Amino acid sequence: MLDDVDRRILRQWQADPWLSPADLADRCGVTVAKLARRQARLQDDGIVKGVQATIDWAVLGYAVEVSLRVTLDKTVGRAHENFFEAARDVPEVIEIQTFLGRVDVRLSVIARDMAHYQHIYRNKILTLPNIADIEALMQVARIKSNESLPL
Amino acid sequence: MIEVDAIDHALLRALQRDANQSAGALGRQVGLSQPATWRRIKRLQETGVITGRRLRLDAEALGFAVTVFLGVKLATKGRVSLEDFERAVSAIPEVQTVEHVLGLYDYRLRVVARDLSDFERVLRRRIMTLPGAGDVEANVLLSEERRPGPLGGPTE
Repeated sequence: MLDDVDRRILRQWQADPWLSPADLADRCGVTVAKLARRQARLQDDGIVKGVQATIDWAVLGYAVEVSLRVTLDKTVGRAHENFFEAARDVPEVIEIQTFLGRVDVRLSVIARDMAHYQHIYRNKILTLPNIADIEALMQVARIKSNESLPL
Repeated sequence: MIEVDAIDHALLRALQRDANQSAGALGRQVGLSQPATWRRIKRLQETGVITGRRLRLDAEALGFAVTVFLGVKLATKGRVSLEDFERAVSAIPEVQTVEHVLGLYDYRLRVVARDLSDFERVLRRRIMTLPGAGDVEANVLLSEERRPGPLGGPTE
């Protein structure tokens, strides 16, 4: 499967996705042609799913980010499905995660300020179906966010 | 905060999907010329709306079958330096994200591991031994979906 060259490429590419092919090849100690071949194969195999731009919502005026931990009422049929369908329709929800543990679902919600957040919370979140309990964690700061894998 | 219009929103949506598209290809999607598209992307980068790029990897295919979110409470607030805790926790390779939060916990961590016993090793040897680490709650990630966010248009 993956050899040392692949791992070296993934490590360097992950650490700096802005690098030009020439610089990335240089750091990995391979030729640009070999790098291109390996990158194409990693993408064809689905190991690299793509490169995406990351957005700073605060710069766009969304200063508040809240993590909502939701427990669902599982006695209701299709509780998860109905909740997800409705949560996807809320534009301010930027992440939906499901868990095994005390929390069933977590939503990341962004808002312009606390008044806006309160509006979203009351009118768009609390109205979502099958919520049994909800708990909020307000984000103060993002300390590390690169999401790198320890390759 | 900077002013962005519907075309900027469309460009951001496209770049969230695939950041490697050329200005020409993006321009065709939003109905702009290649130079005009390039100028808009440059502005979105220079103003910090686009913070960077992320390589999306298939963690499972690379052998990381388990992702766990940890809520961590600091044991003795006031006596622990937050900076020391943050520096130490950020240096752990398996810790992918660190957020300082207000609420039930002080920090929220995203941790990857090869399997549950590997996770237990990371938790016991690296996280529980951090300066000031107290109560920990773990939730194993089952599924995850990233949404484009409020990029529908200029106003709501």
